[in-house]
Amino acid sequence: MSETLGISPQSVDDPEPLRVVLAKLGFDGHDRGLKVVARTLRDAGMEVIYLGLRQTTDSIVAACEQEDADVIGLSMHNAGHLTLAPRMVQAVEEADLDVPVVIGGIVPAEDVAVLIEAGVAAVLGPGASAEEVVAAVRAAPNRQSPDHQSPAR
Amino acid sequence: MVETMSGIPLDPTYGDGLQPGEYPYTRGLYPTGYRSKLWTMRMFAGFGTATDTNARFHALLRAGGTGLSTAFDMPTLMGRDSDHEWSVGEVGRAGVAVDTLADMEDLFAGIELDKVTTSMTINGPAAILMAMYIAVAEKSGVGRVHLGGTIQNDILKEYQAQKEYIFPPRPSVRLVTDLIRFTTAEMPRWHPVSISGYHIREAGSTAAQELAFTLANGFAYVEAAVAAGLKVDDFAPRLSFFFNAHSDFFEEIGKFRAARRIWATWMKDRYGATNPKSHMCRFHTQTAGVSLTAQQPENNIARVAVQALSAVLGGTQSLHTDSYDEALALPTEKAARIALRTQQIVAHETGAASVVDPLGGSHFVEWMTDEMERQANEIFDHIDQIGSGSMLEGVYAGIDDGYFVGEIADAAYRFEREVNAGRRIIVGVNEFTENDDDEANLLSIGHATEEMQTKRLDQVRNDRDDNAVRASLAALVQAAGQPDVNLMPPIIDAVQTYATEGEIVAALESVFGTYVETAMV
Repeated sequence: MSETLGISPQSVDDPEPLRVVLAKLGFDGHDRGLKVVARTLRDAGMEVIYLGLRQTTDSIVAACEQEDADVIGLSMHNAGHLTLAPRMVQAVEEADLDVPVVIGGIVPAEDVAVLIEAGVAAVLGPGASAEEVVAAVRAAPNRQSPDHQSPAR
Repeated sequence: MVETMSGIPLDPTYGDGLQPGEYPYTRGLYPTGYRSKLWTMRMFAGFGTATDTNARFHALLRAGGTGLSTAFDMPTLMGRDSDHEWSVGEVGRAGVAVDTLADMEDLFAGIELDKVTTSMTINGPAAILMAMYIAVAEKSGVGRVHLGGTIQNDILKEYQAQKEYIFPPRPSVRLVTDLIRFTTAEMPRWHPVSISGYHIREAGSTAAQELAFTLANGFAYVEAAVAAGLKVDDFAPRLSFFFNAHSDFFEEIGKFRAARRIWATWMKDRYGATNPKSHMCRFHTQTAGVSLTAQQPENNIARVAVQALSAVLGGTQSLHTDSYDEALALPTEKAARIALRTQQIVAHETGAASVVDPLGGSHFVEWMTDEMERQANEIFDHIDQIGSGSMLEGVYAGIDDGYFVGEIADAAYRFEREVNAGRRIIVGVNEFTENDDDEANLLSIGHATEEMQTKRLDQVRNDRDDNAVRASLAALVQAAGQPDVNLMPPIIDAVQTYATEGEIVAALESVFGTYVETAMV
């Protein structure tokens, strides 16, 4: 079913590929973007743990622990990002995990700084290229300070 | 007499052979097309509280809109109340919040419901919102028999694309057919289901997949309604469709023309419908939200205009044009007005409404129409085969085995790869990106909406008769356990006690269960 359309922004032979949990929180059912991101990250050699729809911060934290995840990718299309993204960051901290949270979806420019301030590692807006998505996820675990943000916006 | 800007008189249609208004309606449903009735300019609106959206409705009607179209927020679409734990951050954001009949009363305050037609975009809990609309109208003295409009009530595409399902497919289809049976008997002006390709396309399908999956779902509902005891000609004239108008101009026009031809042929030949109205594929169209770009957002006005023109040349019965700022937020009032004005320009300045099917007979458009039909037929063959000769069972099987979501995800990924590789140009995104400094003025819904709405919900819960609520919900549970009982009357009873949407859904879930999608990429 899943066809590989074959670009590899970076090497697929990475000996320790990044493990990325991808999910949507709550009601939001817009999963087109997240599925494209899942295939893009796989094509870039990462291990994708696709949780899909209707997840909670608890179910995502549990998946991170179980799967030894390096990055969480959340997709948000319902204007709930200012509430939900900080909660996710907080849930990760409360679980004593060191897993950065990357947000993608419909996020107005003025909200990006607010999310970064709240501890989100990166925000990928509409129109972000495959290279930008892969670069943001790769950079997330190594970020020094909360100043990284997507070049897409 | 209709004439061009330069005074040349025009016939309603041109060309020999098949004429508009003739079976199988490839060239249009009516011989005189938009000359006798312009399409309905139906602008989708909804945000904040019911009172906020009511004000937008009044503004749209004053601006010359001729029909209302309601967008509900996510909790409402998912059948949950505004104080559900998942509702935090979502109340009133992507549409209007409706928890109880009290909200529905506010939503339609001051609007004469026998004078407008209303479209309600809701699926999983469609029967509940339909019941609330009926209750509001009857409280204001308008009988259900006088209500005109459409409720989307198309649950099958939720499992395939939009993902706003609540119950598993089979009990959900029962709710759809209950509503079809109810309106067929009691609401002759109502369209009980709007079979929607729009969301399938937005989720990433090709034009042909949108066409084929949508019509296959339509065939599935026909089979389900016939199995529930209706005669095809009793309900088929009230079925309607909802398509996407995307950016590939001629492909879209071919898709619209093929939709009419395929529906007519199948309804006559496979389902034995003899009423010509049962053969007619009537459709609403919305321009492609997914084509709107966050970059250089004013460019979207041009995209929407071209997409709107394809819908008109394809013969749509009603049209929503997207607002240029929707890639980032719900539209501002100004952006929504420009979108409506875009339709009015197409209708009144371009001459596109003067002649029916003006592209009929074009070698390319006729070929594209045939090609859309050919690709759709391949998909129908597959669905028919996995359903062992039943399109309804085939659609259920395709939902269960991931056929639909897989095909859509493949097509979406292919498109993204093409854009990413520069093989497909999106102006302002991967080409012509200089001067990308326009910032649209965005509509922002504050947290105040959520507080107001949950307070209102508390108030309604305090003011109502809890015994009446409990009794109505118990009756509903009992009815849900009997497959032959139509659930519309007990749902109307429940909303009239001010039972909340979430309470009614929970009652139904106690019998039907809750659908959980298998996550797959």
